[in-house]
Amino acid sequence: MSLDQFLQYLVSGLSQGSIYALVGLGFTLIYAVTKIINFAQGEFVMLGGMLSFVLIRSAGIPMVPALLLSIIIAAAIGAIMYVLAIRSAKKASGVSLIVITIGAAILIRGIAGEVWGVDAVRPPFFTGNETLSFLGARIHPQALWIIGTTIAITIALHLFLSHTMLGKALKACSVNPQAATLVGIDPRAMGLIAFSLAAALGAIGGVVMAPLTLTSYNVGVMLGLKGFVAASIGGFTSPLATVIGGIAVGVIESLAVGVGWGPFTSEYKDAIALVILLLILLIRSGRLAAEERVS
Amino acid sequence: MRKWFYLLLAALILAAAIPLAGCSSEKADKAAYKVGAVFSTSGGYSSLGVPEQRTVEMMVEEINDKGGINGHPLEVIVYNDESDSTKTLALTTKLIEQDQVLAIVGPTFTGGSKAILDAVKTAEIPNISCAASVDIVTPVADRYWVFKTPQTDVQAVREIYPYLEEAGITTIAIITDTSSFGQGGKKYLDSEKGNYGISIVRDETFTTGDTNMQSQLTRIKGTSAQAVVCWATDKESAIVAQDMKTLGFSIPLFCSHGVATKAFIEQAGDAANGVILPAGKLLVVDEVPKSDPQKKVLTEYRDDYEDIYGEGTVNTFGGHAYDALSMIVMALEDMDEDLSTKDARAFIRNYVENDIKDWPGTGGVFTMSPTDHLGMVPGSLALIKIEEGEWTWLQ
Repeated sequence: MSLDQFLQYLVSGLSQGSIYALVGLGFTLIYAVTKIINFAQGEFVMLGGMLSFVLIRSAGIPMVPALLLSIIIAAAIGAIMYVLAIRSAKKASGVSLIVITIGAAILIRGIAGEVWGVDAVRPPFFTGNETLSFLGARIHPQALWIIGTTIAITIALHLFLSHTMLGKALKACSVNPQAATLVGIDPRAMGLIAFSLAAALGAIGGVVMAPLTLTSYNVGVMLGLKGFVAASIGGFTSPLATVIGGIAVGVIESLAVGVGWGPFTSEYKDAIALVILLLILLIRSGRLAAEERVS
Repeated sequence: MRKWFYLLLAALILAAAIPLAGCSSEKADKAAYKVGAVFSTSGGYSSLGVPEQRTVEMMVEEINDKGGINGHPLEVIVYNDESDSTKTLALTTKLIEQDQVLAIVGPTFTGGSKAILDAVKTAEIPNISCAASVDIVTPVADRYWVFKTPQTDVQAVREIYPYLEEAGITTIAIITDTSSFGQGGKKYLDSEKGNYGISIVRDETFTTGDTNMQSQLTRIKGTSAQAVVCWATDKESAIVAQDMKTLGFSIPLFCSHGVATKAFIEQAGDAANGVILPAGKLLVVDEVPKSDPQKKVLTEYRDDYEDIYGEGTVNTFGGHAYDALSMIVMALEDMDEDLSTKDARAFIRNYVENDIKDWPGTGGVFTMSPTDHLGMVPGSLALIKIEEGEWTWLQ
């Protein structure tokens, strides 16, 4: 394998991993604030991409407003989902809430398939289709958008969570909901914000990746899974670890297939993410058990 | 209280009786002929299944508008197997046992079709598949009840390879989907290569649903391959085409007949131009000469389909369903009207095997026989190049 090829695998993996990172951030945000694992997160990514296609191609709206509108609509759907499905479930247990999110995911996917049909579609590239060369590796401008957007969002999210009142209120909820209520933070309002924000984050990911990866009503399933892996690497609490985790999964997948060691032929690419997930769960459950013994 | 109850009951009975009374004053309707269909209208094969379902619905409406088959309305019960072969089997069993259909059209994809081979054999019901693999109808002795209408994967390979040979291309790389369809293609790409002086220098795979084939293609780029052959359906092939463009490939891409749909051109955009694929003549209807026996069927089907669904929407997959259902309808037209389900199924099977001779369908001209349950001669596939977003026939 030449240096050129190695760089190419790295670059491809970076852009693919950024996608996983963005999805993972949505998982992490919702879990951190509400302790719910939102299995509809992948569907928000799908919605971002599909809406951008529908608005640009069918409704003829110019690109930038269409992209913004897609994100806003997805955020609204996230808010509606929270109000109708989560908040109204009141004192439901954690597991019930997770099942509710799975149900919501199936509903969103089903409606998308009915309304928009089943074919895969490709929204237009943001800045055209001319590949760029970088140290012998070739990268598509859209991939740069994906990587750039992920970096920008990670930074923005970090600043938001640690330097704004709202962000700190969200963090307070995740640390201790009862104490948060005592100081006047309404966990339900925070839940609403977390869901809307996570939906928006997912949609941003969807909007920026759809021109490159195509999108269709059922892309949410696999994306949700890979994003889940990224989030679990971050322990569902640390956005930075989630992003690093997502990128790591993407790069490992790409390198494994590229290098082709042992069983990692291209057929097993998806298995890589799942193997990582298994390892994470094993490691973390070991650590958690150790903590409990100590306390 | 009781009084009101009896009054309500009487009213309900009257209400039920009125339509029945109305019925008896009309002439008795003949029992519908029930045919079953299992299509993948969602999941990975939906671009194939949806046109198949639409075609069938279109045909049923047209036939029933004209009074049905010998006065019997045609009813096609369509189930969606969601591109999942376990569901294909469950739904096929339902059609056979619960719905008591006389024949089954579909499934859409090779995996599903293979999954129901045993069920169809045990139930002794004719099945005309819309899937690609030649393994569905061979060995013929074992496939007494199974036929298919799409060209086989081996025929498609035999359309591409001579072109490569003529173009002086001797080394290729192949990239295939791990699905039954993709692997079927790979099997024949491998077994036929010797006949055309071609060697495969790299053999990569990806899974249905993958959105990034750059790693596999980077490996291919490092070889001496003079062409890439991709065997998958539209979405994945579109990503292969786009990734090849991104990575700066200068060698041509050949695709399977799995991309014979406008959706591929829309998904691959610019990257679709220059791609060559074998496909049924439906995609180039207007270029088919009047002397071609298929011209009439092709034009009519294309016009009917696009009247309803829009210009440029016709594709070969819907055509396979058209061919399959047409054969069943022809059998039904010839059938005695009071056969039992079991006898009717046997009759349809015998008819399709023995009485379909030189019949022009959309996929080709069919002549079925006891030794050939596909019945299509070579030359039914056209080699097509995509230029400026349009299908053009390479003659």
